[in-house]
Amino acid sequence: MTAISKENRISLYREKRKMWRTTRLAWMLLLPSFIFLAMFTFYPIGYSIWNSLYKDNNATIRTGPVYIGLKNYITLFTRDQIFKQAFWNNIIVAVVTVPTSLSLAIMMAIFANRVKIGKGLVRVSFFYPTLLPMVAVANIWLFIYTPGYGMLGYIFNNNTWHFLTDPDAVLWALIVMMIWKQAGYVMIFYISGLQNINPELYEAATIDGANGSQVFWRITWPMLMPTTLYVMIITMTNAFKMVDHLYILTKGGPGNASNMLLFYVYQKAFDQTNYGMASAITVVVIVLLLIITCVQFFTQDKRTFYA
Amino acid sequence: MKKLLSVFLALLFVLSIAPLALADDVIELNMYFPVSVGGGPDQLISALCDEFHTEYPGIKINPIYAGSYADTTTKVMADIKAGNTPAIALMFSIDLYQLYSLDVLQDYNQFCTTEEDLAWLNGFYDGFMENSRLPDGNGSYLTYGIPWQRSTIILYWNKEAFQDAGLDPDVAPKNWDELEEFAAKLVKKDAAGNVVRYGIEVPSDKAGYAYWMLQTFTLTQDHFNLMSDDGTEVYFNDPKTIAGLEFWKHLSDIGAMPVAPKWANTRNDFVNGTIAMMYHTTGQLTSVKKDAPFEFGTSYLPMNTTYGSPTGGGNFYLFKGDNISEEQTQAAFTFIKWMTNNPDRVAQWSIDTGYVATRPEAYETQRMIDYAAGFPSALTARDQLEYASAEFSVYDQKTVQDILDTAIEEVMTGLKDAETALNEAQEAADAILEDYR
Repeated sequence: MTAISKENRISLYREKRKMWRTTRLAWMLLLPSFIFLAMFTFYPIGYSIWNSLYKDNNATIRTGPVYIGLKNYITLFTRDQIFKQAFWNNIIVAVVTVPTSLSLAIMMAIFANRVKIGKGLVRVSFFYPTLLPMVAVANIWLFIYTPGYGMLGYIFNNNTWHFLTDPDAVLWALIVMMIWKQAGYVMIFYISGLQNINPELYEAATIDGANGSQVFWRITWPMLMPTTLYVMIITMTNAFKMVDHLYILTKGGPGNASNMLLFYVYQKAFDQTNYGMASAITVVVIVLLLIITCVQFFTQDKRTFYA
Repeated sequence: MKKLLSVFLALLFVLSIAPLALADDVIELNMYFPVSVGGGPDQLISALCDEFHTEYPGIKINPIYAGSYADTTTKVMADIKAGNTPAIALMFSIDLYQLYSLDVLQDYNQFCTTEEDLAWLNGFYDGFMENSRLPDGNGSYLTYGIPWQRSTIILYWNKEAFQDAGLDPDVAPKNWDELEEFAAKLVKKDAAGNVVRYGIEVPSDKAGYAYWMLQTFTLTQDHFNLMSDDGTEVYFNDPKTIAGLEFWKHLSDIGAMPVAPKWANTRNDFVNGTIAMMYHTTGQLTSVKKDAPFEFGTSYLPMNTTYGSPTGGGNFYLFKGDNISEEQTQAAFTFIKWMTNNPDRVAQWSIDTGYVATRPEAYETQRMIDYAAGFPSALTARDQLEYASAEFSVYDQKTVQDILDTAIEEVMTGLKDAETALNEAQEAADAILEDYR
């Protein structure tokens, strides 16, 4: 230890204390968020994983949960037709709403940026659906889709359209509503993304004689990649978060035609008090969303140019 | 100053989440109740609770509107699971087996010690008691639910529409053949060929008690019910059930009924004249009477081989739990007795809502006699009681009911045919009910 002189040791010690004080400060600043995260994210996830290994339903309320290992998952993947349907529905909704919302939002953003008169009005009218509470939106669209005297039936004078009770049309009806609700939200991000693009790039493109489509695909789109990455994750997870609409509009739809994973969890947990199965489905949803987010992050990140 | 303000706010925050200490002599009970029909029964219930409090200042019942029957059950189940069982609740009569299997119900017989009490307990219509009591193992019954807002399903028909279609406005269809015939005749189309009026609507969505409506098509076949009376067996794929469901689907196939109608729309459709007949609960009677601009009639459900209807509606339940004291239970019992003992009060409730008054004496009161003289429809559901049977009620109610509701929706929207859907439903239901046999 003679290699380190006394002065060096003191200054090393002081540095370590300083580092510890900074670290401690950092932890204390993080603590409130960490407590919330622990209470509302880590603990529920942990509890769900643990609970999914038990049989915890009406038959076991008096005896307490019974350990059955992975049986819940086995039942889920082999015998549960409703789970398959809900899973498939979620995939369809995600695959359709994400690109449609994004493209609609880009178009709206470009339009809102270019408009000279009534810029504020255009932005507000595109954005206001986002401000409405989910339940209000569901009720509005319930009225729009009602056969006969609902808005669509009334305007087109058609008494036979029954979107919400038609197993083929119900998912599409929900998709339309979903896109309507979230396009405005995505548009805001794109507006700010567009405004951050250096105008010199556009000037250079005009000088080089690029037409509209080339300008879009070679300049606008790549420069918007960070925004796109972010909103793609948002819209993707939104597709999996649909619950309130289903509760109001279809309650899972004609014979589970519009049932989705999260609503199925609600049904299993609170209608049928089968907490074990509900936890299993929850774990499946968590894993699914983690995979999607990770895939998106790691593939898109390489292609994203952060200015 | 700032410090004082923050201390004050902190104190306020703490006080607002701390339970308030009640005065010792007022027992306060929260009662969840559902409303499944339009017409404001929630205000009536609030008014009754207030009236009760003035008569019994030591007990206060807080009625909490909890949504539909399904929502109310969900809320109460959540409370039970959290260890916060309510002392009293107004819930679906068919939750009986579910609640009984959780060992949270008190039977009423133990509190009925006097002659008067026993007379009260045994004075309800028998038809409503099928969903309210269970055998006690000694050849007799224990009552776990006191009927309050009970109903049967009746046929409402638009007399103006009947006249318009060339039918006798005072004669309702008596059987399935006539139902089909009348419904087909009542369909009205405009010049472009769009249907402006359908003949009949029997709602088939999950949110609208699809299983209950299916019972109307099986109980009219020799009183065939969908389940055994001990709550452990179901008969989904019995030929009678399949025949009933097929007839129901047939009505929309021939264009007499809109495809897969919803419960929430049915009353409005009828009042707006877009349907000429509907199967609906008698609990809608007063609200339809208020809003219908035309004369309408009510009758028994059309029979196949017999008249029949499931009963419906809610009972008062008395709960037990570690968090419920004896005084609270006694207070709840007093309230329930007060609500259902007085024939005038019971009659008034029936007049205000259309639900069937749950005691025969209510129909002998002057106000009911006068009301029925001017509005004979008030008696239809009660008269049909003699042909009525229990509503679908089994163990693990929600799960099994959902299986049946899904099957019905699948058939009514054309996804599957009746036999396949009901066979699958039977299989799934058996797998669940095995645990309880």
